[in-house]
Amino acid sequence: MTRGSRFRNFAVGSPMLWIAVFVVVPYLIVVLFSFLTRDPEDIVSWTFTLENYRDIFSPVFLKVCRNSLVLALGTTALTLLLAYPFAYILTRIDENIRRFLLVLMIIPFWTSSLIRTYALIILFKANGLLNTFLLSTGLISEPLSILYTETAVFIGLVYTLLPFMILPLYASLLKLDRRLMEAARDLGATSRHVFFHIVLPLTLPGIIAGSTMVFLPALGLFYIPDLLGGARSMLIGNFIKNQFLTTSHWPLGSAASVVLTLLMVMLLVWFFISTRRAHSGDMEAVR
Amino acid sequence: MEKAPIVRLREVTKRFDDVVAVDALSLDIFQGEFLTLLGPSGCGKTTVLRLIAGFESLDEGEIVMNGAPLNGTPPNRRNVNTVFQSYALFPHMTIYDNIAFGLKMKQLGKSLISEQVDEAVSIVKLQGLENRKPHQLSGGQQQRVAMARAIVNKPQVLLLDEPLSALDYRLRQEMEIELKRIHRKLGITFVFVTHDQEEAISMSDRIAVMNQGRIEQIGTPTRIYEEPENMFVAKFVGEINIFEGRIIEVYNGSATVDIHGRPFKVLNRKNFSTGQHVKVLLRPEDLAVTRDEDSRPVSPSLGGVIDEVIYKGKTVDLIVSLDAGETIFVTQFFNEDQEDVVFRQGQRVHVDWPYGWEVVL
Repeated sequence: MTRGSRFRNFAVGSPMLWIAVFVVVPYLIVVLFSFLTRDPEDIVSWTFTLENYRDIFSPVFLKVCRNSLVLALGTTALTLLLAYPFAYILTRIDENIRRFLLVLMIIPFWTSSLIRTYALIILFKANGLLNTFLLSTGLISEPLSILYTETAVFIGLVYTLLPFMILPLYASLLKLDRRLMEAARDLGATSRHVFFHIVLPLTLPGIIAGSTMVFLPALGLFYIPDLLGGARSMLIGNFIKNQFLTTSHWPLGSAASVVLTLLMVMLLVWFFISTRRAHSGDMEAVR
Repeated sequence: MEKAPIVRLREVTKRFDDVVAVDALSLDIFQGEFLTLLGPSGCGKTTVLRLIAGFESLDEGEIVMNGAPLNGTPPNRRNVNTVFQSYALFPHMTIYDNIAFGLKMKQLGKSLISEQVDEAVSIVKLQGLENRKPHQLSGGQQQRVAMARAIVNKPQVLLLDEPLSALDYRLRQEMEIELKRIHRKLGITFVFVTHDQEEAISMSDRIAVMNQGRIEQIGTPTRIYEEPENMFVAKFVGEINIFEGRIIEVYNGSATVDIHGRPFKVLNRKNFSTGQHVKVLLRPEDLAVTRDEDSRPVSPSLGGVIDEVIYKGKTVDLIVSLDAGETIFVTQFFNEDQEDVVFRQGQRVHVDWPYGWEVVL
């Protein structure tokens, strides 16, 4: 074995081992637990059952699913609407300003997302910064109750996930050949035509990537609904967390995890198929 | 020219930050002509094209098309189309959709579009490739798509931005002939930008040689090649030998120039006066080389030794070291009557030229 290939095996092998030990094995345990019975004394009792999956498809859980999907879709839609123009302008401005704005976008990552969510609480609470400001300007006469509502959860998710939409869109828009837009203008296209016929179709891979990176976490993030939505807002992530930590029903939590994972896998498969389709004309692009 | 100008540039200036790309340039482009803007990179030729297309806004002057000023008219409302250097084909569309794009923007009916696309496809000889995507075509085929996409709109002026530069030598020569054929067939005015003088000379009706945002000379390829008006044009277009000389005598319409102590009779087109220092320019093929062993020089000539013989098939190129020290480049056509005349390295020769074939600057 040459030194080169030994290095290659090590470089590829060690992360693989890491993933196998800390991702695949725990996940297999979760799958196993989802077919076992709850035991108040121990974590689980070793009796095979399908009851957990039957319980999962109860009206309560389906409602949780629907809530989560609606919220995740809404978050995706709003982040897309906010991120697209931003990313577009980002690719078109002076390089120094662009770098500055990108750094501004990265800075929040230096702080834990959990702490930033606590910061949102300070902002939103009845006597928080937002209400104090709005009251002092006279725009409102009574404090808005944002905290512990769906709105707060929504704002929190959009805030946290926005960079994950911006970055793929930015990359995709940066790759867009401006000469194609000039060519379209030259052939008689108005700005609107250029956007819908050239820019949008060619940045579709970025849109799909960004949407996936926002939608999937939006389904699973539990601490944002927990902190900002209080007890009223029940989403899939919270439901799973509660089964493990509050009600100690590990098999049910495991079953819900498995269902969520299957949902995500389906979305990822769709993502790969649609990106490949969007890419099919884009591979060599125009040199 | 008897035809009316279709596009007029009047004192057009364009600056990028502090760099003047186009400097008070005036140019008339006539209906149906093949005009080439020729110059080194950075001379402003592409900027002129982009100003006509409407991608850049001018800082001073105006561009008039069909008698109406174009200032402020966006590219999509100008009756010109561009063939881009990199083709800029839409990668997500089929060849058909690429070519049909301009017609769709005009919101023509489906059958009309299909009819006109078919016609354009047949003009550029791309039949059968309509359903492919651009990346499935070769460079030459992509070039044809770019042509078809532009000409299908029947613009008054077609702007071509170094469209052949990405092709290999063979294909480029083939496309030069194709471009001429399409130009003749459509009768559209072509404005062609290139840095390749051979391309310019072989295709154009007129060439505008550009340098530093200005036009150095504009005229037919023959005039540009045979009668360059200044040193830039002389050096940029083709090979040329430059002799330093001094006018020693002036006659009516001609003059005698002293080059390395020999008196040469030249045409005096520019009214030089006695004592003036001039440059005498001669194309390699305009010089005549005679071996000293064949005949002793009778008229004034420059003596030298053959340094290098480069056989080219139709011609033979000679590099001659003159006794005065400079090295010149001479192209000789084979003389059928003197097949035994063979040039060899080291032979002593004398060089002269027929009266009037020189350019004096």
